[in-house]
Amino acid sequence: MRLIAENLGGERGGEGVFSGVGFALDQGQALVVTGPNGSGKSTLLRIIAGLLPKAEGRLLIEGGGDDFPSIASACHYLGHQNAMKTALSVVENLRFWRDFNGSGDSSVDEALETVGLGGIGHLPFGYLSTGQRRRAAIAKLLVSHRPLWLLDEPTAGLDKASEARFAALMMKHCVAGGMIVAATHLPLGIEATELRMGEATERLPQQGIIS
Amino acid sequence: MWSLFARDIRLNIRAGGGALTGVIFFLAVIATIPFGVGPDLKLLSRIGPAILWIGALLACLLGLDRLFQADREDGSLDLLVLGNDRHMLALTVLVKCLAHWAGSVLPLVVAAPLLGLFMNMEPLGIGATALTLLVGTPAITFIGAAGAAVAVALPRGGLLISVLVLPLTIPVLIFGVSASYGATADPDPFLQPFLILAALTLFLGVLGPASAALALRHGTD
Repeated sequence: MRLIAENLGGERGGEGVFSGVGFALDQGQALVVTGPNGSGKSTLLRIIAGLLPKAEGRLLIEGGGDDFPSIASACHYLGHQNAMKTALSVVENLRFWRDFNGSGDSSVDEALETVGLGGIGHLPFGYLSTGQRRRAAIAKLLVSHRPLWLLDEPTAGLDKASEARFAALMMKHCVAGGMIVAATHLPLGIEATELRMGEATERLPQQGIIS
Repeated sequence: MWSLFARDIRLNIRAGGGALTGVIFFLAVIATIPFGVGPDLKLLSRIGPAILWIGALLACLLGLDRLFQADREDGSLDLLVLGNDRHMLALTVLVKCLAHWAGSVLPLVVAAPLLGLFMNMEPLGIGATALTLLVGTPAITFIGAAGAAVAVALPRGGLLISVLVLPLTIPVLIFGVSASYGATADPDPFLQPFLILAALTLFLGVLGPASAALALRHGTD
């Protein structure tokens, strides 16, 4: 499976935010999108997911087969919001997304255990702290299988230990043949290609280790 | 899909869901009418079906703004839209509408017979009105879904939704009320307006979710 973007341009409210962004992502690779505020990182992720129309360029996924015919069907999108209901318990939330999105490698309990929230699954989501909410949202990535993870500031609100645990999760996802596109200001601690937004837009991504 | 239905019902019932808001509003409207028009029992029983229908219609509109807005605020709506390839978005919207109807509007239908007593209606008229409400109110929810989808990005969209949706619900109101009258007033037919009401619900059951899905797809930003 291969995610390809060519000469991609995005706009917000008729104003061009970026243009000429291109990359190709193979299985097992990660792309970290960095850049100053307002350079279009979130816009890029939403365009990749198909939540925003692209202003120009080409965007396609190859080799998805029948299971993942489009990028939208092949991706997990983790935005700024956690997409969980405060009135429902953590387990109820995760069980819903598992039923709705299709089941993955981990059960709900295993996923909670993996993100370090074992034992508090019965609490209403609204009672959790910011970091715990984020971890519950990360558990959502595990309960259904998607080859492509689109992560928008995934580590916002996480403590050091959770960051390390999440880095290990992302590595595991890549090793298993997954792909990651993450927009972030903070180092993620994974081996990834970096795409810098906002400076020279017509630049090819550089290979490097961001740690 | 069943899980989405169960989730929305659960959210409706739990704190902040507002399942009871509609019923209490309905009760308030119907309970004040006799004070307004005076204790003329004949007049009350004559306008009873119409008042019940208008009350139910307004109570239906009350909770509509939360139909998609709550999902939009916590980011769930993005994921529901992204799930389009697995669960067609129009179908997702339909399920959300049905859950909204079962959670917020069905209680109105259940409360209608009791409120009919306030209006001095006879049992046959009460039964007919409750039946027409049961068949007709889903149509209001389906139209309302389209309005709610259009206004989803607006922070105070509730009033706009009502203004958008109210004119479109008029046919439902007309045929609902005329079927209710048809059951009691002898020369008027019951079956014909009732069947048109059922047809309206089925028609809007397709058109409403489809247009709402279209609006939601283009409303993500």
